[in-house]
Amino acid sequence: MTKVMNNIQDALSFVKSGHTILVGGFGLIGAPLSLIDGLTEKDVKDLTIVSNNLGESGKGLGILLDQNKIKKGIGSYFTSNRDVGDKYQKGEIELELLPQGTLAESLRAGGAGLGGYYTTTGVGTDLAIGKEEREIEGVKYILEKAIRADVALIRAHKADTLGNLVYYKTARNFNPLMATAAKKVIVEVDEIVEPGVLNPEEIVTPFLFVDVIVEATQILTKEGVVAK
Amino acid sequence: MTTKFNKANMQHLIAKRVAQELEGPCVVNLGIGIPTIVAEYLAKDNIYLHTENGLLGVTDVEDEDVDPNLVNAGKLPVGEAIGASYFNSSDSFSMIRGGHVDVAILGALQVDETGIIANWAVPGKNIMGVGGAMDLLVGAKKVFVTMSHTSKDGSSKLVKKCTYPITSTRSVDMIFTELAVFNIEDQQLKLVELMPGVSIEEVREKTEAEFSE
Repeated sequence: MTKVMNNIQDALSFVKSGHTILVGGFGLIGAPLSLIDGLTEKDVKDLTIVSNNLGESGKGLGILLDQNKIKKGIGSYFTSNRDVGDKYQKGEIELELLPQGTLAESLRAGGAGLGGYYTTTGVGTDLAIGKEEREIEGVKYILEKAIRADVALIRAHKADTLGNLVYYKTARNFNPLMATAAKKVIVEVDEIVEPGVLNPEEIVTPFLFVDVIVEATQILTKEGVVAK
Repeated sequence: MTTKFNKANMQHLIAKRVAQELEGPCVVNLGIGIPTIVAEYLAKDNIYLHTENGLLGVTDVEDEDVDPNLVNAGKLPVGEAIGASYFNSSDSFSMIRGGHVDVAILGALQVDETGIIANWAVPGKNIMGVGGAMDLLVGAKKVFVTMSHTSKDGSSKLVKKCTYPITSTRSVDMIFTELAVFNIEDQQLKLVELMPGVSIEEVREKTEAEFSE
């Protein structure tokens, strides 16, 4: 059965209300813009979104935020969208702030079948409150839990029809990690090719991590997000 | 006793001074704001810039070559140096947390007299963003802070004790302001240099933290 779907809404059929969803990207760079756009048209609510940022004001995940579809955000830098602060102030959204490296490593751990890990990052700060502290060989660490999700929405540059992925420049960021850490992994790409076309030495995400492939309908250009 | 600066001049003055402190070969991570400007003053070879969103080998880019998918941690367009590599966010922070990055240059809201910094949150405001600041503090071999010496209201940013939430329990190594350069040795501030035209009296007047000379 092919993983390639022709329609964004078909690809998003796995997304249900109440789901925890990993969303790739660093701001709009490497974000699955077509899938996010599809979610704005889908009737879902109470989503927990794990993503470095919640988009920008009125862009990317910022649109889902405006539609009140996000119950909780887990990320490292919500500052990039001022609307997040306003919603938080009104009690309309829960937030969990993690250091960027902790967000990345928690996703890696989730994908690698680990329950959590000890890190020095955050020790002694407000972000360590409520977390177990442990000394290992004279160094203080805190316990951070792995992150796993129902669905991952990611973006890559090219996929073959098996689901092997290659990425493009700094649009890689969290995408390969998120590809490992969800039950259903949906990827949008610029181009779909036949197996054998991608050089095996250059494949970053091997196909077994990927469930659904769609061609992107939205791309990021110098002028902003545009329809492809 | 006040040396006058406009903001851009002040930022460039500090950035230029920090750049002199870097000796290649080394890998340097530049934060947002004044640290970003440091790149303009790197005259020496073998200084490689790391950006935590996934690139080792950052360089500047001409307007016509701007690629929207090639940016630094401040989401500004950058270029790809010879020998550059791309990697995912976990590998990027393994480089940082694992002690493989030589120098991190960061901004700060406050630095206390033991070299502990606060640079990610302001009391009374929503805690909204931390990014890679905490990871860089625990992991970089050396941490340099660049900041204006005083806040907009004139209060010293070199304080006895941080009143803002701290970023790490690790002390930074050097502090660069428009007035002076400080080392932190054994968790104590030491004035090592006055910036051109600045008097010791002015530094004393505008520094709340205890420091040795």
